[in-house]
Amino acid sequence: MKEHDHTGDSMNAARPKAPSPIIEVKDISKSFGSHQVLKDLSFDVQPGEKLALIGPSGSGKTTILRILMTLETIDGGVIRIDGEPLWHMEKEGQLVPANEAHLHRMRTKVGMVFQLFNLFPHKTVLDNITMAPILTKGISRSDAKARAMELLDMVGLADKATAKPAQLSGGQKQRVAIARALALQPKIMLFDEVTSALDPEIVEEVLGVMRKLAAETDMTMLLVTHEMGFAHDFADRVLFFDAGRIIEQGPPDQIFRAPQEERTQLFLRKILAAGRAI
Amino acid sequence: MQWDWNFIYQILPTLWQGVIVTVQATLLGSLVAAILGLFIAIAKRSSNKWISRPVSSLAMFVRGTPLLVQLYVLFFVLPDIGILLSPLAAGVIGIGVHYSAYTAEVYRAGIENIERGQWEAAKACNLSSHQIWIHVIIPQAVPPMIPALANYLLMMFKETPLLSAITVYELMTAARGVANSYYRYFEPMTLVGIFFLLISIPTVILLNRLEKKYSRRR
Repeated sequence: MKEHDHTGDSMNAARPKAPSPIIEVKDISKSFGSHQVLKDLSFDVQPGEKLALIGPSGSGKTTILRILMTLETIDGGVIRIDGEPLWHMEKEGQLVPANEAHLHRMRTKVGMVFQLFNLFPHKTVLDNITMAPILTKGISRSDAKARAMELLDMVGLADKATAKPAQLSGGQKQRVAIARALALQPKIMLFDEVTSALDPEIVEEVLGVMRKLAAETDMTMLLVTHEMGFAHDFADRVLFFDAGRIIEQGPPDQIFRAPQEERTQLFLRKILAAGRAI
Repeated sequence: MQWDWNFIYQILPTLWQGVIVTVQATLLGSLVAAILGLFIAIAKRSSNKWISRPVSSLAMFVRGTPLLVQLYVLFFVLPDIGILLSPLAAGVIGIGVHYSAYTAEVYRAGIENIERGQWEAAKACNLSSHQIWIHVIIPQAVPPMIPALANYLLMMFKETPLLSAITVYELMTAARGVANSYYRYFEPMTLVGIFFLLISIPTVILLNRLEKKYSRRR
């Protein structure tokens, strides 16, 4: 899983020149009313890199994922995906706010899996997966169905193709949601606390699918999680967020075994005390 | 006052013509109210203030003025500016537009019941705005609204006698015509009441069943 051993900026210096980042987040700020959620946030993500975003609730981890999925706007700064500005367009050498057509094009590069699955309850599992490729990519119904069945097979739910979401367990719903996001073949996948709403005994079935995905694809993945053990095994690099800033980042062993910053140490102690083993 | 079957057989063909027009006005008016109400509900949610504000104001105006006044304006005032509508067209537009302001509220409530996650998932699937409405929101929002929508359409049906004010030859106009001709109101008005009951009672029973069905699903 860790063949892309991308680490923090300080570590990259010792390695051969890295390829252009697939995600460049530069000086992003975001407020909800008077509450500033992100404060001049900057980080890069290399193609194929697996990133775990950890930190206390309200630290801005989910907000940055939602911004990357264009579900939240930004107040300041620039994000580039694959070299192209996400929330801006280049016009006569200037960056101007993006229009809907630009955002629509940029969204093809990103997929997201949500904490509460958000499957479309009026559609079957198969239709949940095929709808977007048919409508947005013009793929024929038969091709979309064949691809969807491959994905359902991958997530171990080929026998549930005709079921409605209400007939599935939480873990099954989340696996369908992963298949739905993958059907659009994004370059970047965002996972927002995908196991938080699941019973402990079915968390592993979702994590298993994600492990498989990380091992079998070179997709760039950003994961917001409170599952520290999984973050340790899954990620090439861990970013610790607090109060809208990245306090510390580095390889999982460094962050989880020898965190440098006091706030990281305090957070991890609390997590350990809550029984989430690393 | 005596119930006269012979008189009834004599006036039934005339009343039947009125029944047909009443049904036509109700069905066409329902169509206008159902479709226009949906557009009003969507337009009111628009982030473009040039769309949402005029539509909201118009809907408020329609709800705040009596249907009878609106019918008079459509049929008697519009010809002054060169817009001449047949009685039935004016009636259908009047009753349809009037009730669209109410059905829009039903749609609004139904749309607001859809979880934010559904909008976000649809956007994350890169669906366009109209694809989100057509494929995700409307199919989920409309079924639970059917009882409330049908209730308004039933109210509309019971208000079709107002169309007699603009000379639409619906059931009430037909009944009043025969009553005036023969100076007998008992049989024609009783038949009008029976007709409305025959349609309304099964509809109310159906509505109650629909309501139970959707409340069970929730």
